[in-house]
Amino acid sequence: MAIVFEKTKGLTDKPFHFCPGCTHGIIHRIIAEVMCEMGILEDTIGVSSVGCTYNNYEYFACDMVQAAHGRAPAVATGIKRVHPENMVFTYQGDGDLASIGAAEILHAAARGEKISVFFVNNAVYGMTSGQMAPTTLLGQVTTTSPFGRDSAVQGFPINVSELLSVLPGAVYIERVSLNNYKNIQAAKRAIAKSFRVQQQGLGFSMVEFLSTCPTNWGKEPVESLRWVESDMMPQYPLGVYKGKDLKV
Amino acid sequence: MTNRVLMKGNEVIAEAAIRAGCRYYFGYPITPQTEIMHYMAKRMVEVGGCFVQAESEVAAINMVYGAAAAGARVLTSSSSPGISLKQEGMSYIAGAELPAVVVNIVRAGPGLGGILPAQGDYFQATKGGGHGDYRNIVIAPASIQELYEMTVAAFNLADQYRMLVMILGDGALGQMMEPVLFRDVEPNVSTEKLWATRGRKGKPEHNIVTSIYIDPDMLEMKNRELVAKYAVVQKEETRFETLNLDGAEIVFTAFGTASRICRNVIRQAAEMGIKVGMIRPITLWPFPSEEISRIADLSHVKAFLDIELNAGQMVEDVRLAVNGKKPVHFYGRMGGNLPTQKEILDQLLAIHEGEVR
Repeated sequence: MAIVFEKTKGLTDKPFHFCPGCTHGIIHRIIAEVMCEMGILEDTIGVSSVGCTYNNYEYFACDMVQAAHGRAPAVATGIKRVHPENMVFTYQGDGDLASIGAAEILHAAARGEKISVFFVNNAVYGMTSGQMAPTTLLGQVTTTSPFGRDSAVQGFPINVSELLSVLPGAVYIERVSLNNYKNIQAAKRAIAKSFRVQQQGLGFSMVEFLSTCPTNWGKEPVESLRWVESDMMPQYPLGVYKGKDLKV
Repeated sequence: MTNRVLMKGNEVIAEAAIRAGCRYYFGYPITPQTEIMHYMAKRMVEVGGCFVQAESEVAAINMVYGAAAAGARVLTSSSSPGISLKQEGMSYIAGAELPAVVVNIVRAGPGLGGILPAQGDYFQATKGGGHGDYRNIVIAPASIQELYEMTVAAFNLADQYRMLVMILGDGALGQMMEPVLFRDVEPNVSTEKLWATRGRKGKPEHNIVTSIYIDPDMLEMKNRELVAKYAVVQKEETRFETLNLDGAEIVFTAFGTASRICRNVIRQAAEMGIKVGMIRPITLWPFPSEEISRIADLSHVKAFLDIELNAGQMVEDVRLAVNGKKPVHFYGRMGGNLPTQKEILDQLLAIHEGEVR
């Protein structure tokens, strides 16, 4: 019998610990697939951050470094400066990247660090049980905005892709989603493009993934996928925010 | 004597790092260590290394973490308030067992404090500073020549033990100029760093650098491994200098800049017929407790006088080592002020009057 599908060698055999309906697992798989398809698995060094994916060094089959909360872009900077010939990526959530690590991501982009940042935006803190994130939507109920996020009290969501896209050091920024097959394929193409930007030494790139968190949103998995489209996308429109005409 | 050059302490640290094979520097400006950065900004280009001015001390220490994980010899430098910001990263470096060298050119505190020399970071440097059960090797040079020798040694120790090594200077040492001889050094006594993340490149298993162990038994095992490693460091790497202990009635304990002043007071006291010696810890951790205990057992030693540029920090370790066998006195200045020889001599004479005569 011909093998029509097999698990990517970019992932180890360690079972994922993610909750049912969470799209972290899909993101991991497509990053791993891209590393294999591009033949860069043996050259890539990934940086885990803090949050639900703190231990994804156990999942990705490439060399991995675990970083302190928010500091992954700085850690990746150190690694990339030592090994400019290697591919270096960070995998960060919205609390990690947009809150505690706001300075690190901004300056890594400003310096044009030749790294790929995979930014997972699920509008909530997952690991610590559903607190308000910088990307939490207005009106969204979380454990620390129990009456819904009120701009007068908790301010406004941060659109990271738009924010970083104005920096000259950032050469490719795209926001993607995992809510249907078509968008997953687009997300995979974005990952590959980010790695190619890095291979060609063009500068900083980031892919922002709109991701689900059924557990902390209090929604069924399918309902969560619908919510990404109905509620998240109006605040976080998909698209290429930097490098639309980039030929890589 | 032929190859001696007159250089500033901060610049000597930077040059020593280069000669030790360090090719990566990440830092954020702060007085009074800035010359290290300035020197590195130029010198790294000359030697084909990498200099990055980070957005903060927090970022700088995490760049160090990344570069160390990638297998490189790496340096960052700062001064007291900046070192406080680096503590998170330093704890992670200890947890992940990464070799790195951090220079702290101490200024007066607490808070923003002042920019003049002090030794108020002794507690922070030797007792952890960051969270969790860990140790750093802390070296306190007292001359520009020693800054050179010890900075080179720091890189070798860091690699050998996979530990963070701190050079604890102060504003005076960093800013003063003295002749220095750049003796040839063996740049790398290091291992191959098979644990480093350089890309898998055909290895059967991927390398992981991490400090997180969710399983309590795994973490405790890691803790025990660290404790065992630290015990070896204590046994093998404790460094100190003793001076004039033969027949000494009073013994100074002092490190770094404070020890330089004590050295002069010892001469003055000798001229007055008072026998004074000194033990100068070169490594503040591991601390030369055994040697201090041995000195406390000498019958001719009547008392210790600990001199520091702080409110009394190392004196706590001296008292633990002396363990009540002899009185331990303390005199310190703060705020960036240095004690004069006369001030110290007066303290000495009072102790001599009370406890020796």
